[in-house]
Amino acid sequence: MLSGSVIVGASFAYLVVLFGVALYGDRRADAGRSLIANPWVYALSLAVYCTAWTYYGSVGRAATAGLGFLPVYLGPTLVMGVSWLVLLKMVRISKAYRITSIADFIASRYGKSRLLASMVTLVAVVGIVPYIALQLKAVSSEYGLLTGAHPGNAGDWYRDTALYMALVLAAFTMIFGTRHLDATERHEGMVAAIAFESIVKLIAFLAVGVVVTYFIFDGWEDLFVSAAIAPDLASLLSMDNVGSKADWFALTVLSALAFLMLPRQFQVAVVENVDERHLKRATWLFPLYLLLINIFVLPIALGGMLRFPADVIDPDSFVLTLPLSEGYATLTLLAFIGGLSAATSMVIVETIALSTMVCNDLVMPLLLSNARFRRWAPHDLTGLLLLIRRGAIVVILLLGYLYFRLAGQAYALVSIGLISFAAVVQFAPALLGGMYWRGATRNGAVAGLAAGFAVWLYTLLLPSFAKSGWLPMAFVESGIFGIELLMPERLFGFDEVNATTHALFWSMAANIGAFVAVSLWRPPTAVEAGQASVFVDILKREPRGAARFWRGQAKIDDLLALLARFLGAERVRANFASYARSRGVEYIEELEADGDLVHFAETLLAGAIGSVSARVMIASVVQEETLGIEEVMNILDEASQVRAYSRELEEKSRALEAATQELRAANERLQELDRVKDDFMSSVTHELRTPLTSIRAFSEMLLDDPKTDLAERKRFLGIIVEETERLTRLVNQVLDLAKIESGHAQWHETDVDLIDLIEHVADTAGQLVKSRRAQLLLDLPPAVTLLRVDRDRLIQVLTNLIGNAARFVPEAGGEVRVVLRETADAVRVDVCDNGPGIPAEAQAEIFEKFRQASGSGGKPTGTGLGLPISRQIIEHFGGHLWVSSTPGEGAVFSFELPRTLASPAAQTAEAS
Amino acid sequence: MRKALARQRLVACTLFAALAFNAPLLWLFDTAVAVFGVPLVFLYVFGIWAAVIAVLAWVVEVGHR
Repeated sequence: MLSGSVIVGASFAYLVVLFGVALYGDRRADAGRSLIANPWVYALSLAVYCTAWTYYGSVGRAATAGLGFLPVYLGPTLVMGVSWLVLLKMVRISKAYRITSIADFIASRYGKSRLLASMVTLVAVVGIVPYIALQLKAVSSEYGLLTGAHPGNAGDWYRDTALYMALVLAAFTMIFGTRHLDATERHEGMVAAIAFESIVKLIAFLAVGVVVTYFIFDGWEDLFVSAAIAPDLASLLSMDNVGSKADWFALTVLSALAFLMLPRQFQVAVVENVDERHLKRATWLFPLYLLLINIFVLPIALGGMLRFPADVIDPDSFVLTLPLSEGYATLTLLAFIGGLSAATSMVIVETIALSTMVCNDLVMPLLLSNARFRRWAPHDLTGLLLLIRRGAIVVILLLGYLYFRLAGQAYALVSIGLISFAAVVQFAPALLGGMYWRGATRNGAVAGLAAGFAVWLYTLLLPSFAKSGWLPMAFVESGIFGIELLMPERLFGFDEVNATTHALFWSMAANIGAFVAVSLWRPPTAVEAGQASVFVDILKREPRGAARFWRGQAKIDDLLALLARFLGAERVRANFASYARSRGVEYIEELEADGDLVHFAETLLAGAIGSVSARVMIASVVQEETLGIEEVMNILDEASQVRAYSRELEEKSRALEAATQELRAANERLQELDRVKDDFMSSVTHELRTPLTSIRAFSEMLLDDPKTDLAERKRFLGIIVEETERLTRLVNQVLDLAKIESGHAQWHETDVDLIDLIEHVADTAGQLVKSRRAQLLLDLPPAVTLLRVDRDRLIQVLTNLIGNAARFVPEAGGEVRVVLRETADAVRVDVCDNGPGIPAEAQAEIFEKFRQASGSGGKPTGTGLGLPISRQIIEHFGGHLWVSSTPGEGAVFSFELPRTLASPAAQTAEAS
Repeated sequence: MRKALARQRLVACTLFAALAFNAPLLWLFDTAVAVFGVPLVFLYVFGIWAAVIAVLAWVVEVGHR
């Protein structure tokens, strides 16, 4: 046993240290060097989730249910994993609109509804008071256990530790929670203290765990093996006692939602958040904290069960009794301090959060809407605000104490905590639904909350009252009015799950059902639609967007005077001055009293007195036009239209860019063609000038010298005739090519036998070949398919090819060979020579206009248009013309005509 | 882009944890097997928990860079 004075002394010393930390945190904040602007502190402050329930209750739960204590910590782990999806949004919204409590948040979403704000506040107070009682009960019963006193004895209330603890905590909370009225409602000193307490409780619990596991027992193996042998404990090592799978799942969901909805969690995670980037580290650090504080729970529980005979000592107190019975006095004291820190941190934050809600969302709206109050109220209301909050703190703590005195003895710690959890998750549909669903309405939220709360009351709270002896047990055992279907713990005969799951299921079903059904009953009003868009789109839109929904007239002086009453004149002027600077205006008086300014003033005021009260007060000094639903929808539509337009614009500009690209390509191609045309023109004129020059030269010679002898004259005239012929040929070919290229050429298609045709050409072109002293050889099959082509054109091609070949054969032993072959799908003609051949790089060039390979004499003799024309002709009939050559071994010009050209007569002949 | 990837990773990790921490997966490990005396289901829960925390930490501290 430890003496009472030692424990009280240590506790007092601990509280003094806590005061010191909080004071230091506040000092640093005032000096502008925030202690809590740090992701580690933020994550640790979230650990206010771990209360005396975790510290003592988990072990108690593990002693009967094995791993059944875990879902309460797995739920929040899952929520932190998606914190950017939920918590980040809540933080953004709250920062933009200076929302300071969960009641404010919900009320603000649904058009700053007073009714909703007060409902949420009431539900929170009713739901949380048992939870606060749980903390008082834990500390006072552990104190009693250590000192041997019996806690909660009626009669000697003034000796009750719980009462004194409640009073000390009230003092602490008042000092650090309501030190001054802040427009952001942040309490740096308190957060510093909470983070400190989180470290203390973790270290204390881990110390107990290590000592129990490694000193009292001989490590994990010893503990678990001993437990496996013990008859009652073996089941704790399996999932046999954790309850049904549905219960496990429900508890995970319940704790995940409660982690978001508990007023104290909202306070530390959202309101006290300094920088939203801190959320990132908390994403893993907070789950890590939970893991660490849970790892020794089962070992301590097993240790207690092994050491103490059954039912002698409450498993909830194993954390203290185990080290105490083994003689570790200092450790026991440390463990007690750890439990104290767990309890006090919860009570402090929860009380601050609740008192803010009671003041801003319950009392102030009532007072401010009261005409008589407005008349006698003092001009400066800051003092009154602080007074209300301090009063609320004392009242809430005393309520907790009262609940503990009257009902707290009947229940294990965990059961009380779960009742509170089930109460606060009633906020979830309205809050989460409101953040993601535009269609949610105020009436829907009110109906859902009311229905859920009523079911919670009936299925969970009233039965707990009955078990405490305040109500007759009859209605629990046989249903209200004796109707069995209405038995509160097995509604409509649903009895497969435990009481908590049962209550969670029915209350959530009623809550969500009513919320959705009533929301869908009527379209949202103008104010609701405006707020909905502001909340749902917070991650997309800049927060000032809310000012769009305001129209009216205001005077700056009125706003200044109003705000000064709640925040103090100096602070208001400073805030307005910085606002003016951000607007590029030098003096406050020059500011334009527009929607933005009114919104700024309202947000500033909301930080101090809540959005509901702020709305009431602002409305009293400015003249506002009420926007109809159509106008709000128009504004929203405008915004979405602007977005749509900008998307359209982007698409158009993309299309334009593509079009420009195409145009540029087309332009380049045109320029290229233009260049080709110019080249062609200059080539043609050049080619025309050559024969003209020689014609003119010889004509002049004949004209100038009449005495030229006859033989000479004949030779000159021969040249002139030859050159004229060449000129004619050239002009004809140019015209020909132009016609073919432009598609105006005339084609006279007849049935042509290629053998016949080649023989004909050989006759006419044979002269040319012979004139070069070369041989023309024909290699023809006995018969080929008749083709339907233009005979004259083909003669032109073949003549051209044979003529070319003849020009390039060597002076002696020249040979031109024409080969005709029919393949499966084409008829092919090869014209081979044994000239010098064509180098590979020139093979493509010779098909271009006016490009010629130099003949054997070195001087080009053709017009340079023969091959291009031939290729055009062959391609016109769907065939192709190409050259293959190895320099030194002659060249082969070949063309193929597809057999699809076969004349109809030939086709029928073949088919038969 | 990077941010969106990190967020998808976080969601996937959370979904996995939700699956692993509930029936039927959790109950599959409810056997008489013990490792150094520690029941398998205990190791499973805390092992998965630690792994999930490690992945979350990696994603938010390292993965997005």
